[in-house]
Amino acid sequence: MKSLRFVLPLAVFLLLIGFLYVGLYRDPREVPSPLVNKPAPAFSLAQLDDPAKKLGPADMKGQVWLLNVWASWCVSCREEHPLLVQLAQANIVPVIGLNYKDTNALGKKWLADNGDPYKLSVVDADGRVGIDLGVYGVPETFVVDKSGVIRYKQIGPITAEALQQKILPLVRELQKS
Amino acid sequence: MIPELGHFALILAVLVALVQGVLPLIGAQRRDATLMALAKPAIRTQFLLIAFAFGCLMYSFATSDFSVANVAEHSNTQLPMRYRIAATWGSHEGSLLLWALMLAGWGAAVSLRSRNLPDVLLSRVIAVMGLVSVGFLSFLLFTSNPFLRLMPAAAEGQDLNPLLQDPGMVIHPPMLYMGYVGFSIAFAFAIAALLGGRLDATWARWSRPWTTAAWSFLTIGIALGSWWSYYVLGWGGWWFWDPVENASFMPWLVGTALLHSLAVTEKRGTFKNWTVLLAIVAFSLSLMGTFLVRSGVLTSVHAFATDPARGVFILIFLAIVIGGSLTLYAIRAGAVGGGAAFAMISRESMLLANNVLLVVACASVVLGTLYPLFLDALNLGKLSVGPPYFEAVFFPLMAPLVFLMGIGPLASWRQVKLPDLATRLKWAFMVAAVTSVLLPFTFGHWSPLVALGLFLGLWVVAATITAIWQRLSRAPQQGLAAKLAANSAAWYGMLLAHMGIAVFVIGVTLVKGYGVEQNVPLDVGQGVTIGVDTFTFRGVAPITGPNYQGLAGVVEVSRNGKVVETLRPEKRAYNSGMTMTDAAIDYGFFGDRYVSLGEPITDKGDSGAWSLRVYVKPFVDWIWGGAFLMAMGGFIAMSDRRYRLAVKQSLAGLAGARAA
Repeated sequence: MKSLRFVLPLAVFLLLIGFLYVGLYRDPREVPSPLVNKPAPAFSLAQLDDPAKKLGPADMKGQVWLLNVWASWCVSCREEHPLLVQLAQANIVPVIGLNYKDTNALGKKWLADNGDPYKLSVVDADGRVGIDLGVYGVPETFVVDKSGVIRYKQIGPITAEALQQKILPLVRELQKS
Repeated sequence: MIPELGHFALILAVLVALVQGVLPLIGAQRRDATLMALAKPAIRTQFLLIAFAFGCLMYSFATSDFSVANVAEHSNTQLPMRYRIAATWGSHEGSLLLWALMLAGWGAAVSLRSRNLPDVLLSRVIAVMGLVSVGFLSFLLFTSNPFLRLMPAAAEGQDLNPLLQDPGMVIHPPMLYMGYVGFSIAFAFAIAALLGGRLDATWARWSRPWTTAAWSFLTIGIALGSWWSYYVLGWGGWWFWDPVENASFMPWLVGTALLHSLAVTEKRGTFKNWTVLLAIVAFSLSLMGTFLVRSGVLTSVHAFATDPARGVFILIFLAIVIGGSLTLYAIRAGAVGGGAAFAMISRESMLLANNVLLVVACASVVLGTLYPLFLDALNLGKLSVGPPYFEAVFFPLMAPLVFLMGIGPLASWRQVKLPDLATRLKWAFMVAAVTSVLLPFTFGHWSPLVALGLFLGLWVVAATITAIWQRLSRAPQQGLAAKLAANSAAWYGMLLAHMGIAVFVIGVTLVKGYGVEQNVPLDVGQGVTIGVDTFTFRGVAPITGPNYQGLAGVVEVSRNGKVVETLRPEKRAYNSGMTMTDAAIDYGFFGDRYVSLGEPITDKGDSGAWSLRVYVKPFVDWIWGGAFLMAMGGFIAMSDRRYRLAVKQSLAGLAGARAA
């Protein structure tokens, strides 16, 4: 029994090694959104093309949709933009744009120059809705299910990999249910 | 050509290390003198080869050879020469090469300084260090070769990270690594003792000075890192409990426990198992620190994501070295045995308390550092552990430790009578208590935590003075000089290191209690007053450095209407694209005045108002001064004559015993 005492340090170490090994394959910078699996925050914002009309998550109930936070000043948005345009052409899922901390004129010009993948865009000029959504890097993309619950959040530009392996399978699954 | 020579030297070094790690070990087992005799030449050759490789890399940096990928990524022709030299260890690859160089350097030093060590022990020690070296050099060669060529060569280098272009950063890593790697000697001695099954006072006396040296270097290394973050990062803190800092602090805590435990093993032959375990753990934590910093498992994922080989390699290396030695410990520790008995209140029991507190403190740092990783690995969510946790856990552990530090040096071995101890220390206690209650009033407001912190610091000072006074007044020698000379260097070193802790505690207490931090927007000509000093903003002016452009703010510090100091905090935009702030600090014995430049806050641009951070930090330099005293104490202690004489005497004793 006495010798068991001397084995203890080894046991503790082996446990530690196990954790370190698992930890190697985790991304310490990945911060999960507390909004995932929660209802999308309610808002009703003016549409970019027609400020008289408003739109919010309540209007999208019953269908699966993507909310994409973008801005004309956002450099990384240019990176993901071609993918969004392709996605829009494939007509799989409606994408709503949230024009974040931008001016309407610049936003419209940007869409005219780069192509408009959005079913429509709403204007969040002062970034209030952005705060509710916990936006800390633009672009960000949310997948919202039929009942209005956020199911996934992509921080930073959408990559082809993320689209093929995470977002589209999730969208198809949600559309079936 | 030069980089290839360096690469070749590294390959030779790993082969020599393999010889050094295997043959003397077999020799020691078979008592084969020829094989054991290989140890010394092997380690020295290995050291020269790595030193040559290191020189080659340094030469490539000095001559801006951008056909070497490592140089192209971390240097630049506009970089001043001293930083080009320092850039040698500014990269991942270079710092690992420095690690390997230090390891071989310590090994070579052991081979030179231990002429009187028994051959069997020496060959085992050198062989263990050789095996560690094999691991590190293969890691270098297989995953982090610093000599990789870049085809085609870059026209210009990407420049060294501006944060590292700093005198503090030039010497911080070598000092830190001297400490980290120095624990490998205590580790090698421990493994050798476990292999041989013989662990006695002589063993402790051999490993003690090496451990003390490593600990002193580590202390300086950590203090330099802390000082660097204070003046470079621009927000006036000196310790942030971030994983990289903790990685250096964990081996320090266990190393401190090891120093004290070795003292017991040397003097009383007790704590043997425990000392061996601490020696293994101290070096293991050094290795784990390297893993945590280098694999990106905690801080930056990118270093790892681009090259998963590195993280896995270090982890396997850790598993073999630490797992292997702990297995050896589990098998052999029983044979090493315990030691002499001691009473509930004795110097042994106090040192035991010291060890327990330090190890628990270290465990709490390990837990806090790795907790986010544990939770994530178990899919229990993500969180981060910040300073509030560490401060809440640390203070209750350190307060009794510092209190004991006053008593320990006066307590005698085996048994001590409490009333006697109380009589000897009552004056020290009263002086410290009264002063610490009254002193805070001179600073303005009184708070219990400040009084407690001051009490702990002053208590150590008063108790240390008492220890010296009583030792001297009882000495039989005539005259002060003779009385002073009658005590060992180790004793003075120990007291100086304890004084260092006291100075450190006082510094921390006062800067926490009375530091003032103001983040204020100031227009040109506007000022802010903190205490007796008025800081007036006089605008900014452009500056040009060798590899950066920037702005320097002018802040006049005036007292009673007279300008006493002009501070020039800078904001630099390096040509490599990074910007950094450079705080301006007026250092003083009683505290610092610290100004750093924030952002311009009006649409007038640079010429308008700026946000400024204006800090007054009383006694902050005592923090690093205290650490410096601790390290000096360590260096004085290891210079003790008995470490040089003891070996000869014990051998003479052995020979005498045999003759009789």
